[in-house]
Formats: sequence, structure tokens, C-alpha cells
Amino acid sequence: MAKVLVVTSGKGGVGKTTSTAALGAALAKAGQSVVLVDFDVGLRNLDLVMGAERRVVFDLINVIQGDANLAQALIKDKRVDTLSLLPASQTRDKDALTSEGVAKVIADLSKKFDWVICDSPAGIERGAQMAMHHADMAVIVTNPEVSSVRDSDRIIGMLDSTTEKAKAGEKMEKFLLITRYDPQRAARGDMLGTDDVLEILSIPLLGIIPESPDVLKASNVGAPVTIAEPESAPARAYTEAARRLMGEKVEVTIPTERKGLFDWLFKRRVA
Amino acid sequence: MSGRSFLALTLTPEAPLTDWLAALDHQIQRAAGFFAGKPVILDLSLMQASTPDLPYLLPALQERGIRVLGIEGGDKTWPAVANWEWPESPMGGRASGPVTIPENDMTPTLPPTLVVEESVRSGQHIIWPDGDVVILGAVSSGAEVTAGGSVHIYGALRGRAIAGIGGNADARIFTRSLAAELVAIDGFYATAEEMDAKCTDKPTQVLLTGETLAFKPLP
Repeated sequence: MAKVLVVTSGKGGVGKTTSTAALGAALAKAGQSVVLVDFDVGLRNLDLVMGAERRVVFDLINVIQGDANLAQALIKDKRVDTLSLLPASQTRDKDALTSEGVAKVIADLSKKFDWVICDSPAGIERGAQMAMHHADMAVIVTNPEVSSVRDSDRIIGMLDSTTEKAKAGEKMEKFLLITRYDPQRAARGDMLGTDDVLEILSIPLLGIIPESPDVLKASNVGAPVTIAEPESAPARAYTEAARRLMGEKVEVTIPTERKGLFDWLFKRRVA
Repeated sequence: MSGRSFLALTLTPEAPLTDWLAALDHQIQRAAGFFAGKPVILDLSLMQASTPDLPYLLPALQERGIRVLGIEGGDKTWPAVANWEWPESPMGGRASGPVTIPENDMTPTLPPTLVVEESVRSGQHIIWPDGDVVILGAVSSGAEVTAGGSVHIYGALRGRAIAGIGGNADARIFTRSLAAELVAIDGFYATAEEMDAKCTDKPTQVLLTGETLAFKPLP
């Protein structure tokens, strides 16, 4: 039986889709069979980040409405063959996500894959609720700043009260993924510290992803950073986070600024 | 000018009055103090000028400590009530159905306490209109806890805590770390800006002294 994982945050623009792609690819590279499901109906992005936008024929809504079957809608990744994508519809809206339809799709995917990773839309409305409803575990993506932390807190409350697991009286496993962490700003103290975020949200830490141009570069070429730049700092952080998801004990390292001469030269040239 | 509203109890005696008074005594015995200080309307609509023992009804009620605020029904001109001091009943009023007399009013049961085992997250609202609320975790920014009694928070209070909503000025708010957005007791409130800065992020209790909220560090 697959693990159903929702990647969620409440707030937009914190890196849900990037993290879904990077974690999914890292899990797939570790030999797991993974499907990424885009729940952002009407504003789909996961296909772009995965570089599959020119291969979309059918989507999640088509499958829910019975216009296509899963095999027709699933897009197999060309770089990692255990990785698949179920894209969202761009022309419909979130009302097209029926509870029964989503339940059936998740159940069917669970039979075929080790991991079903649901990329939640921003907000707390229907799309986000549908994405989290059937999850066994959740990754809450948070930026180290107050508005993101408060929205994450709200989402954690919903994970603990509105989901299928919560209604059955069970506890959902929740992990915090801090993204866009800027070591320089953290050193200057003009960013919320990791300790503060952890204290407020009080859930286990899955990883800290440093802010990096590699992430943006990877998105623009249509590849998860763990595939495009596997040796970069964010890719290594995502890979370690994926290993923690699989139950391995890996120490979380807080990214710090390397003060080498090369870095200094590089910085000057960019500026 | 200011208004206050009370629930007045209505007594409707039936003939024979000796039996009715005996039944009333029985009720009073079961719930001593039930009528103490409560306004009572005497409804004579089931009485007639000739009802036996009618002249002794009002004195009998007064003897039992029942304060008759007004009399309805019946007729002031009946000879049987000639000696009564006849208080006019207040106009209007809404009937609110039969009142059940509690089994034993002398030992009121304590309102139950609500214990929340984890944190109250942003957007969640806990309402407990009668008793105390105990939160073992934190109350997040954007969360709200409302209680008829006191609010005890073993984690940090970063959201809103509202105690004593039923008019309980003795209710208090306790927290291990005060970083609240708003606290209120019995309708008197303070926003974060108005709170005592020396208590910020410290173990604190909030209580009402007169009409102002006092913030005291916990020992």
C-alpha cells in the first residue's frame, strides 16, 4: 500500500510545487515508484516544473469524470522511469474536484505506486482540502517569515481536524520543511530563526532548503532541482529530506554561508 | 438610565389552595433558596371570588419568603382580597415556558472543565461557555479560546484568550508565556499594545481589578 503524502502550506509562493517535484524525484531516484498529483486545478504548474507541459493530454479532472482512465492520464518521466505525473486541468476550477472522484483516484494510485504525492494549491478552500483529505502524512512547506508561519499553523490545525485520518481519530504524521532559507540573512538576524519556527509550529523538522539560484534555474529548464543539479546545496538538502521521509535517520544541517575566496569572487561578479 | 432584565417566575395557584400550598412547600424543601430574591408574579386566573382560603394566599406566600412583584388575573374588588396590598403586575413580558425547579439548589454542581491536550492552531476557536478551559499546548496567533470561567494555558499564548464571558469578573487567564494578541475578562479587554510590557514572553496571570486588567508575573 502506498504512502499518500500531501505537500501543503496555506500560503502561496513558498515552494510547494518546487518541493513536490524535488522530493518526488529524489524518492524516485532512490528506487521508489512515485506519482506526483497536481491538485492546483485551474492554476497548474507542476507540469511546467517537471518539464512535461507539452505531453499533457488528459488530466485529473478527466479521470475523475470518467472521460479518461488513469493509464491514459499518467505521464511517465523521461529521466527517472519510476516517476510519474498526474497533471491538473488548467481550464476547470476546484469545484470539479468531487470527494468521491478524488477518493477513487487516490485509491487507484495507491495500488500502483509506493508514494502518492499530492501538490496542494495555496489557500484553505476546496482544492487544498481535497489534496489533504486522504493523506497519511503531510509535509508543511514554510518560509522563515511570520505570515508563512501563521498560515502553516492554520493548515496544521486543519490537517488535525478535517482530514479522513483525523476523523477516524488517528494522528497524521506531519513534517516541517523550511524553504528559501537565506544563511546570510539568518546570520544578520533579519529572518525568523529555525528555532522560532519550530517552537511555534512544534512538529518534527524534515529539512532546511537554502535559498539558491539553482532552484530557479532548474524550474526554468523544467526539471526538479534534484535531477537538474543533484550536487547543488538545495538538491542535497531535498535528497536528505527524502531519505528522512523513507524513515532513515539523517542529521538535519542548517545551511551556513561558505566564506571561500571563490565564493567571494563569484559574489562580486554577480553583483 | 440603564436597563436590566430579569426572569420573573409565575405562580398559578389552583384550588384547593391548602393542597397547592402543601405541594409548594414540598418543592421549596427539595430546593431550598430557590425563590430567594427571585421576582414572582402571582397569577390568579384560576381563582374565583368564592375560592376557599383565598384571603390567606398572599400572606402565606410572604411567610415563605416569596416576594410577589405583581398580581395578574383575579379582581381587586373581590371581598376576599380586600385586605391585600395589591401590587400591579408589570406590563408585557414574554412567557418563557415552565421552569423546572432544580433538585437541590443549595449545592450547585461545578461546571465541567474542558481539557485540550494539544495546541490550538491558528483559525481554531474553542468556546466553553460555563467552566474553565485548560490548554496543554500553545494558543497560536490567530487562534481563540473563549471560556465562561478561567483559561489556563500551559504553552505560550500568542492568540486570543477570553475568560469570564458569562459575566464572571473573577475569571483569570494564566499562561506560561504571554505573547497574546488580545486578552479579555468579563468584557474588559486589552490588545497586545495595551499589555504590560514587563510580562511579555513571561509566565503571567491576567485578572480583573475593578475595571482594569492587571498583568502579574507568575511566581
